[in-house]
Amino acid sequence: MTFEGEHLLPGQVGHFFVLLAFVASMLSTIAYFRASKIEHLAEKKMWLRYARTTFFIEVASILTVFTTIYFICSHHYFEYMYAYKHASKELEPKYLLACIWEGQEGSFLLWSIWHSVLGTILIFKSKKLEAPVMTVINFAQFFIMIMLLGIYLFDVRIGNSPFVLTRNELEGPIFSQPDYLSFIKDGVGLNILLRNYWMVIHPPILFLGFASTIVPFAFAYAGLSTKKFGDWVKPALPWTLFSAGILGIGIMMGAKWAYESLSFGGYWAWDPVENASLVPWMVMIAGLHCMAIYNATGNSLRTSYLFIILSFAFILYSTFLTRTGILGDTSVHSFTEAGVAMNILIGLFAVALPLPMLFLYIKNYKSLPTLHVEESTSSREFWMFIGSLIFFLSALFIIAVTSVPVYNKMFNTNIADPQDREFTYNKVMVMVAVIIGSLTAMSQYFKYRQTGKKYFLPKIILPFTLAAALTVLLVEIYPSQYIKQGQGFLVAIYLALFACFFSVIANAAYLWVVLKGNLKAGGAAISHVGFTLMIAAMLISSGNRKVISDNKKTGLFMSFDKDPTGRQTDDPLENLTLLKQVPTQMADYALTYLNDSAASEKNRTFYALQVERTDSSTGKVLENFRLTPDVYKTKDNNISSNPDIKHYLFHDVFTYISSIPDKSSFIDTAQFKIHEMKLKDTVFYSKGFLVLNDVLKNPDNERFHFTSSDTALVADITVFSNEGTSYKAYPLLAIKNYEVDYKDDTVFSKNLYLKLAGLSDEGKFKIAVKESDMPSDFVTLKAYVFPYINFVWLGLIIMAAGIMLSILRRVKAKPFVAALVLIAVSAGLFYMFLLAN
Amino acid sequence: MKSSHIFILVGIAIAIGGLLMYSVDFSTYDTIESARQKQGKYVHLIAKLDKRKPVLYDAIKDPNYLSFYAVDSIGGSTRVVYHNAKPAELEQSERVVLKGKMQGDIFECDNILLKCPSKYKDEKKQLEKTVTRQ
Repeated sequence: MTFEGEHLLPGQVGHFFVLLAFVASMLSTIAYFRASKIEHLAEKKMWLRYARTTFFIEVASILTVFTTIYFICSHHYFEYMYAYKHASKELEPKYLLACIWEGQEGSFLLWSIWHSVLGTILIFKSKKLEAPVMTVINFAQFFIMIMLLGIYLFDVRIGNSPFVLTRNELEGPIFSQPDYLSFIKDGVGLNILLRNYWMVIHPPILFLGFASTIVPFAFAYAGLSTKKFGDWVKPALPWTLFSAGILGIGIMMGAKWAYESLSFGGYWAWDPVENASLVPWMVMIAGLHCMAIYNATGNSLRTSYLFIILSFAFILYSTFLTRTGILGDTSVHSFTEAGVAMNILIGLFAVALPLPMLFLYIKNYKSLPTLHVEESTSSREFWMFIGSLIFFLSALFIIAVTSVPVYNKMFNTNIADPQDREFTYNKVMVMVAVIIGSLTAMSQYFKYRQTGKKYFLPKIILPFTLAAALTVLLVEIYPSQYIKQGQGFLVAIYLALFACFFSVIANAAYLWVVLKGNLKAGGAAISHVGFTLMIAAMLISSGNRKVISDNKKTGLFMSFDKDPTGRQTDDPLENLTLLKQVPTQMADYALTYLNDSAASEKNRTFYALQVERTDSSTGKVLENFRLTPDVYKTKDNNISSNPDIKHYLFHDVFTYISSIPDKSSFIDTAQFKIHEMKLKDTVFYSKGFLVLNDVLKNPDNERFHFTSSDTALVADITVFSNEGTSYKAYPLLAIKNYEVDYKDDTVFSKNLYLKLAGLSDEGKFKIAVKESDMPSDFVTLKAYVFPYINFVWLGLIIMAAGIMLSILRRVKAKPFVAALVLIAVSAGLFYMFLLAN
Repeated sequence: MKSSHIFILVGIAIAIGGLLMYSVDFSTYDTIESARQKQGKYVHLIAKLDKRKPVLYDAIKDPNYLSFYAVDSIGGSTRVVYHNAKPAELEQSERVVLKGKMQGDIFECDNILLKCPSKYKDEKKQLEKTVTRQ
C-alpha cells in the first residue's frame, strides 16, 4: 500500500546521517587511539589527520540530524513519531526547540552536540594531549550514537531512532488506510508541565554541564595513558572550572524553574533527580580543589584523579537513574522509559567509560607521584584537602540515600524514602555547611606549605568577629522560624549561618587586604563569597518561609465529614479557598479572586487575584497588586499549575492554584422562578431578599452604552443577604434583529442568577430568579512568602563570575577580552535569574 | 601528610559515613495488610483508588480534607485521609504511592504520588488511543 501525503525524504536523510555519525565516531575513536599509542611521528600525524577528518564528518552529521529533526517538527510532519509525540500546531515557536529535547532521543542528541562543540575546541587547544583526550570523547560519542541508531540486530532494536514513522510505531485502524495522515489533525505536543521559558534554556545549559564533565575525565585518561602522570592537570584546570561553573548554573536554573513555575513550593526538595545532578557537581568541586593543590604544591594528585574520574562516573550514573524509570516511585518528576533494550544500553554506557578508567587508575596507582613530606596543619593545602574530602563524602552520602530504589531492584528489598526526606539530608548537610563555610573562610589566609601565626591570626580575627556579631544580630532581630526539628537543629542552622557569613566576609576582605583589590587574582575568593552567600540565603529563605494561606489561622473552613484522624498535625493547612469576588483575609494580606480569563494557548486559564496589604493598626493600604497564577487543564482533567510571584527586593510573595472546581460533570438542575414585580417591590429568596429599584430604558452609563435607536431594558436590582451584605445586579433584555436577547446577571458569592424575563400584562416586570446548586466559582490556592530569596540567585551569579574570572586567568585571556566576557556572563545571568519573567 | 594519614582520615570518614547511613530512618513499601500490622509506623503504600467507594472532597467547605478508599493488588482495602488539596488527576490515576501512617483503620497520608497512564509507562497505548480518537 502506498500512503498519501507522507514526506519520507527528511527521515531517510536524517537516518542516513545518524548511521554516518555512528560509523564516523567509531572510526575516529580508533584513529585517535592509534595516534595516541604510536611514537613514530609521521605515522602519528597520518592517524591524527584521519581521526580529525572523521571527527569533523561526525560533527557535521550530528548537526544535520538535529536540523532534520527540527525541520520535521517545525513542519508538523506527523507521519514521524517524534513530531507526533512532541510537536503540535499550537506550539509557540520558542517551544519548538524545547519539544526536541523533551524526548529521550533529542536530549541525547543535545548531549552529543555539546560533545562536538567541546571536541572541536579541544582539537585546537589540547596540543600534545589531543589524541588521548579525543579518544575518550569520541568513545562517548560512539555510545550516544548507538542510542540513536534504531537498527535491528537479531530482532532486538538497538537504540531508538528519532526518525521512525508513526504508522510503524502505533497500531490503530486508521493506519490501514492510505490517507491515514488526514486523520491525524495535530500532534500531542510538548507536555504542558514543560511549557515554560526555563524549558527552553535549562536543558541546553545543564547538558553542556553534563557534557563538559568528560573533558577533565579525558585529560585524566591522557595522564594515565601517556604515563606523564602530572602533565594533564594544568591544561585541564580551566576545563574543570568551566565544567563546575556550567553544571552549577544548570542545576540552579533547574532550581529556579522548580521555584517559579512548577508547583513544588520551593527551589530544592532533595528529589532524586535534583540529587543526581548535584552529586557529580560536588565531586567535581572536590576534584577541582585537589587539582589546584597539585598545581601549587605537587600534592593530592591521586585524589585529583579519583575525584575527576568519579565525577564523570556519577554523571553517567545519574543518566542511568533518571532515564531508566528506576526512580518511578520516589520522584515527583515524570520519566519516560524506553524499554529494556534501551535501559541495558544506558547501563552499558554508564560503566563502559568509568570502569576501564578506574582499572587503569588502580593499575597505575603506585606509580602516581606523591610527595613524601608531611603537610603542615598550617598549610593551605592541608585544609583544602580536608574540605575537598568532606565535600566528596557528603556527596557520597547523598547518592547513597538517593540510590535506595537501585538497592531495591538489586536485592529485591522494599526500602522506601524516610518519612522526612528533607530533614534526612538537611541534618547532615547543615554540618557540612558549617565545616565548608569555616574552611573557605580560613584557608584563604593560609599560605601554601607553611603559614606563620603572625600572618594568619591578625587577618582572620576581624572577619570572625564581624560574622559572629552579624549572627548574634540575626538571632536578635530576625530569628529563624525553623523550629519544627527542635532547638538542636536551630543551633546548627545558626552555626551554619555564622560559618557562611564568616566566609563571605573573610573572602571579601581577602580581596582588599591581601590582593589589594587586584580582582584578576581573586577568582577563588569571589566564587567563595558567592557560594557561601547562596548557602546563607538558602538557610534564611527556607528557614523563614511563611505559609500565608494557612487555613488553621484563618479558620475559614467547616467540616463536612467527620475527620476520623482528629487532625492532630502541627503543620499548617496550606490550602485556602477563595470564592469569586469575596475578599478573604490571609495573614496581613486580603485576597480577592476577581475573575478568570483564557490565554492564547488552549486549555490555559489565568486567575486574577487582587492582593491588598494593610497596616493592621492604622488600616492604611501598604501595597496593592495583582497576581495571575494560571492552570493548564488537559482533556482527561489533569491540571498543571503555574505559580505567579510578586518579586520584591528582599522577599517574594508566591502563590499557585492547588484546586479548581470541576464543572464538567455537573448538571445544573435548579430552575428559574419567575416573579412579577412592580418597581420597589421586594422578593425573598432562601438567603435574603432582593429589591427591584428601577428599570432603565436604553441606559448610557459606565456599564451599558445604548443609544435611543436600540431597544433595551435593564433592571436595577439590589440583593440583600441575611448576612447583611448587599450586591447590585443588572440583568438585561434587548431586542436585536427581531430576536430577544437576555443577558443574565449573577451574584457569584450567593450563587444567584437573575434574569429580566419580560413584561407582564399588568405592567409588571417579570424577574426570574435562580438559586443554583452549581458549585460557586472558586479557586483553592497556596501562598507563601520567601524572604531574601534573591540573595540565593545573586550568590549563584557571583560564584559563576568568580569561576569565570579564574578560567580567564588560567587561559591568559587579554584583559579587554576578559572584561568583556565577564560582563556578558554576569549580565546574562543577572537578566535570566533576576529580571526575566 | 603521609599516605598512612590519608588512609586513617579516609577510614574515619567512611566510618562517619556508615554511621550517617545507619542513622537514616528509612521507611518501607508495604501492603495495606502489613501496614495495618505496623500501626503508627511511617510506610509507603502502593495502591489504587477504589472507584466504587466515595471520594470526599469539598474545596469550598474545607480545602485541606480529602478522604477516599484505596485497594492494593492483593486485595487489602483501607480508608485514606489526606490533609491537603485533592490532586486533580486522582480519579484518572492507575496507581498511587501513598506515604503516611496507619492509625487504627485509617491511613493518614501526608503525601500522594500519582502514576497516571498518560504520563508514564503505557505511553504507547495512550498514544494509540489518542490517534484513534481523531
